[in-house]
Amino acid sequence: MAQMPYIAAIDAGIHQEMRRDPKVLYFGQNLATTENHEFVAAYGHDRVRVTPISETAEIGIAVGAAMAGLRPVVELYMAEFMLVAMDQVVNEAPRFRYMSGGQVKVPLVLKAGYGFTAGWAGQHTGSLTALFMGVPGLKVVVPSTAADAKGLMATAIRDDNPVVFLHHYMLTLEQGEVPDGEYLVPFGKAEVRRAGADVTIVATGWMVPRALVAAQLLAKEGIHAEVIDPRTVAPLDLDTILKSVDKTGRVVLVDQAPRHASVTAMIAADIAEYRFKALKASVVQVTAADTTIPYSEPLEAYVIPDEARIAAAVRTVLK
Amino acid sequence: MSLQPPNAERQIWMFTQMLRIRTFEERVKRTFIDHPGVIRGHTHLADGAEASIVGSLSHFREGDAALATYRCHGYPLVLGSDPKAMMAEIYGRADGLCKGLGGSMHLTDVTHGFLGTSGIVGAGIPHAAGAAWAAQIRKKGDVVLCFFGDGASKQGAFHETLNIASLWKLPVVFVMENNGYNVVTTSAQEDANAAAGEPLAVKAKAYAMPGVTVDGTDPLAVCKTVGEAIERARAGQGPTLVESKVYRLSAHGNIIAPPGVPLHYPEHEAIAVFGRREEYEAALRGDPVPRFRGILIQNGTLTPAKADELSLRIAGEMQGAVTFALKSPFPKLESALEYNYA
Repeated sequence: MAQMPYIAAIDAGIHQEMRRDPKVLYFGQNLATTENHEFVAAYGHDRVRVTPISETAEIGIAVGAAMAGLRPVVELYMAEFMLVAMDQVVNEAPRFRYMSGGQVKVPLVLKAGYGFTAGWAGQHTGSLTALFMGVPGLKVVVPSTAADAKGLMATAIRDDNPVVFLHHYMLTLEQGEVPDGEYLVPFGKAEVRRAGADVTIVATGWMVPRALVAAQLLAKEGIHAEVIDPRTVAPLDLDTILKSVDKTGRVVLVDQAPRHASVTAMIAADIAEYRFKALKASVVQVTAADTTIPYSEPLEAYVIPDEARIAAAVRTVLK
Repeated sequence: MSLQPPNAERQIWMFTQMLRIRTFEERVKRTFIDHPGVIRGHTHLADGAEASIVGSLSHFREGDAALATYRCHGYPLVLGSDPKAMMAEIYGRADGLCKGLGGSMHLTDVTHGFLGTSGIVGAGIPHAAGAAWAAQIRKKGDVVLCFFGDGASKQGAFHETLNIASLWKLPVVFVMENNGYNVVTTSAQEDANAAAGEPLAVKAKAYAMPGVTVDGTDPLAVCKTVGEAIERARAGQGPTLVESKVYRLSAHGNIIAPPGVPLHYPEHEAIAVFGRREEYEAALRGDPVPRFRGILIQNGTLTPAKADELSLRIAGEMQGAVTFALKSPFPKLESALEYNYA
């Protein structure tokens, strides 16, 4: 075990896979511009390249390289930059295996940060997870800890499908224990971050630590919250969530996205359909306000879910 | 660079492939009349582009790859795909090349180097560059042929990819089949170079790569021009943009209509939209398939009897494809869910 920040753990995951598999490529903007860049030095320019600001070509090249047998990892920096190349993400990468009747595989990783509510205003702060979640053929990963950042990145690279790897910018420097050596975290396996019998809280990314703080506050009031981190939303480990609902009968879902663009809207629908009789109260979603993210600090904080709002929602479902 | 021109045997092969494409496309078109409802959605035919397709693919060797657009029936025929499986795919059947999951716009045959076809204009261009990166790493001199239309050259994907391909000296040849129309819009209405009277190949200059224009109705000219570009790419000297000027002899595609309306091919846009019948008739007079036949007969490469025999054999081959495809069952319903994930 080594202590390292979340962002370094992602790099550790990429290194782990690039060392073992010469087919893994890593490229993107402002990456590998000197010979002593750590990835260039380790793997050379055949596999590590800087690109122009051309997201459509970057992702499209990844699709073609993947179809030709390689495993590209595209450094995209910000999830919003994928919007520039949405056709490649949504209507190219996940389509080719299907449309070819299984003749090709498209193993690639689109690495992008999201949710940067640190004064980045309206265009660099989105939580776009749900946008990708419902696309057949795509997998969507949202690590919330350093260990998961490494293990999920490694699994993403080994996966034979296109994976959108969304790391949360607010977690960038969060330290965590990260297993040494080869480490993989399976897709579609939620982690119960805190066990509890009174209420189920589901959260992803930066909302996980906030939900855990809320759970601590509630524990002082004698309320025992279970906090579930799905870790990957496609595939989604609905079983773990439904089992928890069977136990608690009360659910609070937390998402940094606006309500109708949230992953939690989908989870709420599944819970309503599959566990209606187990519920003792309405499912409550704690999401961002339906607004563009404002620049000014107090306004930004006002529109994003925080510990107090999560705790208040829990008290509501327990009434 | 010294490229050997194709010998007599090779020229007969080229003519044969051109005729196979033409006959296949005629059978696709006839299906709308002979077997209404069998082909769904949208099909796009390669008639008129046969010389360009065959000339470009005549240098193809194992390890190379080709990627194309929704107008994709011609390439796999030349590369060795089974027309039975191709027609079955277009009919949505279990024996289709892509198990009935892709249809006319997405023919793929990996075993023959036909890697994939995007139905979105321009979107396949970066895919070809990605495959070319893989070829560059393999260091075996493999090249990728990237086919697209003139319309795609106004897409960001085209410009972004040509820039990177040139910067990285990727072994890819960009073959732009310029048929003068993007759907029902003429090039001069939507392309600044065309409006200024320039060839579209000048776009290459912006990306520091050679740009050449070739008569895409002449298979030997295409063979030479694309062949030189391929040699260049194999030698590690980077990409070339080839503008191959063709005339699409059918309309852009069959009519777009909701279920219940029988589908058919309308008249070419030159007539149907612009009323320029003479333009279309001139293109028919220059039809590359009978023209190349005439040339080969005239120079003694082919006898009329041998040419007729070829036509008959190919007609039989494509009738066989239609018969096979009609008999092929629909895919099992569960197969609709089988290939989303590897």
